[in-house]
Amino acid sequence: MRRLNTNIINAVNSHENSITVNFKFNGKIYKGHKGESLASALIANDIAIVGRSFKFSRPRGIVGHWSEEPNAIVQVGSGAGTVPNLKATQVELYEGLEAKSVNGWPNVNFDLMSISGFFERLMPAGFYYKTFMYPRKFWKTYEKYIRKAAGLGKVPSEPDPDFYEKLNHHCDILVVGAGPSGMLAALQAGRAGARVIIADDQSEIGGSLLYSNSKIKKMSGYAWAKSIENEIRSFKNITVISRCTVFGYYDHNFLTMIERCTDHQSLTSDLGPRQRLHRVRAQSVILATGAFERPLVFANNDLPRIMLASSVSAYINRYAVTPGEKLVVCTNNDNAYKTAFDWKSLINDHVTIIDTRRAVQSEVIERAKAMRIKIIHGHGVIEARGRTRVKSVLVAPLCMSGKEIIGEATEIYCDVVATSGGWSAAVHLSSQTGVKPVWDNEILSFRPGQAVQSQKSVGACNGSFELKECIEDGISVGASEAKRLGFESGKPKQKIDLPETKDEHPTQEVFCLPHFKPLSRAPKQFVDQQLDVTAGSIELAAREGFESVEHVKRYTALGFGTDQGKLSNVNGMAILANALGKSIAETGTTMFRPAYTPTTFGAIAGREVKKLFDPKRYTPMHDWHLENTVEFENVGQWKRPWYFPKSGETMEQSVRRECVAVRNSLGILDASTLGKIDVQGKDAKEFLNRVYTNNFDTLNPGKCRYGLMLKEDGMIFDDGVCACISKDHYLIHTTTGGAANVLAWLELWKQTEWPDLDVFLTSVTDAWATATISGPNSRKLIQKVCSDIDFNNDNFKHMEWKQGLIAGIEARIFRVSFTGELSFEINVPSNFGLYIWNKLIETGAEFDITPYGTESMHILRAEKGFIIVGQDTDGSMSPMDMGMDWIVKSKKDYSFLGERSLIRADIVREDRKQFVGLRTLNDKQVLPEGSQIVRSKKQTIPIQMEGHVTSSYFSACLGHPIALAMIKNGHQRMGEIVYSPQSDGSVIELRIVNPVFYDPKGERQYV
Amino acid sequence: MENYSIFKLMKHSLSYHENWKRVWRSVVPKKNYDVIVVGGGGHGLATAYYLAKTHGIKNVAVIEKGFLGGGNTARNTTIIRSNYLWDEAAQLYELSLKLWEGLSKELNYNVMFSQRGVLNLGHTLQDMRDIERRVNANRLNGIDGHVVSPKEIKKIAPLINISQDIRYPILGASWQPRGGTARHDAVAWGYARAADALGVDIIQHTPVTALNCENGKVKGVETKYGSIGADRVACVVAGNSGVLASMAGFKLPIESRPLQALVSEPVKPCLNTVVMSNAVHGYVSQSNKGDLVIGAGVDSYNGYGQRGSFCIIEHTLQAICELFPSFSRVQMNRQWGGVVDTTPDACPIIGLTPVENLYFNCGWGTGGFKATPGSGYVFADTVANGTPHTLAKPFSIERFYSGALIDEHGAAGVAH
Repeated sequence: MRRLNTNIINAVNSHENSITVNFKFNGKIYKGHKGESLASALIANDIAIVGRSFKFSRPRGIVGHWSEEPNAIVQVGSGAGTVPNLKATQVELYEGLEAKSVNGWPNVNFDLMSISGFFERLMPAGFYYKTFMYPRKFWKTYEKYIRKAAGLGKVPSEPDPDFYEKLNHHCDILVVGAGPSGMLAALQAGRAGARVIIADDQSEIGGSLLYSNSKIKKMSGYAWAKSIENEIRSFKNITVISRCTVFGYYDHNFLTMIERCTDHQSLTSDLGPRQRLHRVRAQSVILATGAFERPLVFANNDLPRIMLASSVSAYINRYAVTPGEKLVVCTNNDNAYKTAFDWKSLINDHVTIIDTRRAVQSEVIERAKAMRIKIIHGHGVIEARGRTRVKSVLVAPLCMSGKEIIGEATEIYCDVVATSGGWSAAVHLSSQTGVKPVWDNEILSFRPGQAVQSQKSVGACNGSFELKECIEDGISVGASEAKRLGFESGKPKQKIDLPETKDEHPTQEVFCLPHFKPLSRAPKQFVDQQLDVTAGSIELAAREGFESVEHVKRYTALGFGTDQGKLSNVNGMAILANALGKSIAETGTTMFRPAYTPTTFGAIAGREVKKLFDPKRYTPMHDWHLENTVEFENVGQWKRPWYFPKSGETMEQSVRRECVAVRNSLGILDASTLGKIDVQGKDAKEFLNRVYTNNFDTLNPGKCRYGLMLKEDGMIFDDGVCACISKDHYLIHTTTGGAANVLAWLELWKQTEWPDLDVFLTSVTDAWATATISGPNSRKLIQKVCSDIDFNNDNFKHMEWKQGLIAGIEARIFRVSFTGELSFEINVPSNFGLYIWNKLIETGAEFDITPYGTESMHILRAEKGFIIVGQDTDGSMSPMDMGMDWIVKSKKDYSFLGERSLIRADIVREDRKQFVGLRTLNDKQVLPEGSQIVRSKKQTIPIQMEGHVTSSYFSACLGHPIALAMIKNGHQRMGEIVYSPQSDGSVIELRIVNPVFYDPKGERQYV
Repeated sequence: MENYSIFKLMKHSLSYHENWKRVWRSVVPKKNYDVIVVGGGGHGLATAYYLAKTHGIKNVAVIEKGFLGGGNTARNTTIIRSNYLWDEAAQLYELSLKLWEGLSKELNYNVMFSQRGVLNLGHTLQDMRDIERRVNANRLNGIDGHVVSPKEIKKIAPLINISQDIRYPILGASWQPRGGTARHDAVAWGYARAADALGVDIIQHTPVTALNCENGKVKGVETKYGSIGADRVACVVAGNSGVLASMAGFKLPIESRPLQALVSEPVKPCLNTVVMSNAVHGYVSQSNKGDLVIGAGVDSYNGYGQRGSFCIIEHTLQAICELFPSFSRVQMNRQWGGVVDTTPDACPIIGLTPVENLYFNCGWGTGGFKATPGSGYVFADTVANGTPHTLAKPFSIERFYSGALIDEHGAAGVAH
């Protein structure tokens, strides 16, 4: 065990309620502390190899201590709850946690996939673009093996047992990150009275202070952070959300954050949501996202136990574990000296600092000397050695610039290397807003560009890497943002203790350390460890002409891993700049995109999955349908009765029975789903004239008219019956599926083109329940349930409507027909729908009233040649194509939507596809819907198509199949024989006929 | 051009890959060209390649405002298929698919065209009628594909949910085995390398600031290098077509909108085909790196910013989790947006313009990537001959006057 006995105040396991838990890694059981990270527990158990690399299968160990980690990718759990690709550095330990390395076969310690030597050399950057091309057919085989090697973790094979939820917030100020800058910014803004949300992705707030042993006045940094946290939490107007990562920054200060609610407790949750997506709209955003330490690039720098200096410190200070016994610190800056100090004071004397810079007078050097730590100045680690973990490093003297070796190398034995090449500001979120980061050569880091939203960056993410600066920055920006938003600080300002300023000796501009061999020949110098991108491959990309950073990234895959290149981007750019002989600023940067860290699909999806994926809309009569065996059809969001099978009936039998009942006696249809739009205003008629093709001037109260709407291109968009309720009041019916689109379309025209019209549109679809009774006996039935209307044919004509009491309920009765039979559509307020339905069923019993569904409705209307928009039309049919010339030729003084297009050359062309009926020559054969029609039987592919079948049924009433189709010049081709080649090779012979199959004179609806 | 092969890789590995040549030259533009192609995306580079290769017009420059292949070529979900409904579109995309099938060899650059098949799912009875109609039309046009049942779908994509109890159960699908995906960047690079070898100048990081026109004829373009003359100018600038057209003084029936996509973290192979659904709106495939590559519909507002609204990502992932319930625990690694030029009929505009010698190829909407080789091929032919290629003819801008639209909203795969 590599746990320290020292009592460290920061340490998770020194907390009073610390408990020991068992966990499994790669099949073996280990012990750890609840709440520490899996990475910490692995280090405590002296496990060095945690995975194998993607391309070369090299052994890899833990590098970092948080979201920057490129290597320690694990699969957590098994079964339905398993999660692929978690970073061991971010997984909090709990009893029974199971984790596995994602690569390595048969295991990570002994990997047969591991390749080396010549074969490794066959795989430079982009090698797959240059090979696997011949013979062409073999690509499938090559690819099979390429894919086998792909991917990290495994997707579960069962549905996600957890659920996720979402919360929306509005706040004055969102502070992202609760390190020293963020905490102070939130506190100051909160003191002034602003509504503040501060989100931090770790379990405890405090940021870098959790991991370091810095002192502020006489307090430890950790204790100081706790005191600030206490004050923050005392404000009701400050909301602190921890374990919460802000992963996306969108336009208009809209940010998305993901809170991990139960991942630290168990694999799946039965207590509540596993994760929660917060959607925040903030007046102002203060980014305090900190910075990432940058590793130095040198040969074999991917060996396990070569870690970030700050991470070595983090494991010591936060988790009280040590990654080894003998440390070499490899640095170009002052900051990494702290790791040597931590090591020396808490672990042992075996620590050597290799500093690329020459010796100068500086605080840290003085302190190191005082602590008797060995420093080798002007030297760099140029190569690491070891097989499965680092055993030694080669250290060589460097020239002043650090770019060349100027002497013999010496080997230093060690088992941990702490590397630091300076710090990179976490500019990801500001970059997501579309702001290009700007390179600052003074701090050797990108800084956020000029903000384009109401946003400020503070502290390390703004390039202030010194603790005192960070705190001061937070204090001043928190206060000034609150003030800018109109909050004056009301409460007395308590004094905040500040740390002392330290004089720093500047970081040296060294990213990749030299080697005796050039980049192309030296042992691999890794830049992006997750994707096995080496300094050599970046140089190769540049040599091949991939000079743009974006090209290099795409060619080498640099930065495309699950760590999003947090450690590799800047090094990669520096190496590219060097290869191109340009500065980093000239080489440019790439933009960062959401997600800042990978984010669970399920959490982004939220509750709108499974049963709640899309609302189900039920008619008021739904319960009756359920009680009386029904099959439903999804029509838009509606559940519509499809057919009502009696016991033992097939769909076909059921539908035939329903159709015959309507034609011979009486059927009843739940038509509540038809879209209904209430149109009112003194310009209502004018409005209708503009949106419908036909004339509404002559439509008087009490009358109904079938209308057609076109899009601008003259193509049929929707149809339905419009009733005039009173002079300035109309009711439009639309198709069931088209209702929302029609309303949106009408509103678009009303609001953007005709704002001068006095007209109001209201969707009343859900306000009314509609029962349509159809068949020769429908009048007899309606007379039995309604006594205050005279249903005599002379008094209540086809295409009229009347108001009356049906079984005591106020109803609107429309005499319109979609079946061709005498029909009445009875509309009552929704709440009475079921009552009226029951009443009609009960009273209609003597006529053997038969409920029918959409399938029968489709057949009955097809027998009449009535179209269904969306089935017989597809957005490319004009009214003339459908044989509906009559509806566009009525006299109207003014234009209507789509009219202009009806005279275009292609729309008046003669051989357009036109709406016709089809009869199969074989009377038993029902033509499959979607069949294509051709002119001759004996053609070979490709065959010129003449049309297609839109609707096709067996008509029980007629005793033979019928079909509707669109056929080129069909109106002129009545009687012609055409053919339909089927996918099974057969050809169906057809005759083009009039689409009105039943009651061609249309007399039945007028009786 | 140095030939690429496994033997070359072996040879170069002996010298530690230190002697690989540049894939394309870095050039300063000449004063005059026979043809200037504006836009160095896949389509523009393919156009330049076929101009040089098929038509022998080698005095060609491709002028790109950013880095080549950096627009929609770099931002799409790499789906390739040709199962379009209407003859005109089907033939154009089928030409493209045929070119894809030989492209790695043609360019001597592995574009990793992977024919793992494409499923277009149907969830309603009307979806199934439309699928039957489209598959029948495809078959008679000589394009592969058939209708498959939920059980067959499950065999092709084992993690898909074919339960009939869900909100919009899968009722069937069309299946085009020859469809698939390709490595998007490689297409641009392969065309650029091959075009460069034929003498085409590729000029990156050079925005065209004006189109120089005189008496209704185009004379060249204006850039940071000054005026560059050209006998003919061919614009292939998805996302900015309207901007370029306005430089030339005419309007296009185009609306530019953000289209977003996202990828998951890399996971072990779990989906070996492309799955697309219009009704449960999303599409997904898995790349050779292991990422699930996911997309859906365009944002509902117009704009030139390459960024979209988060609600689209939410809806898309709802659809993906509905189709593949076990993907719910996978994590999104990255999301981004491109700008697509949409036309009223969801089909491209290819051909001549009101300005003489100025040609436009635009309006590919959400379906441009799959068309890259075919688009370049017919456009090069159109530019070389000054008259539309047979397959490009129906796609002329004239159709918006005559009304001869090719309404592919259904087959475009995304709702507009």
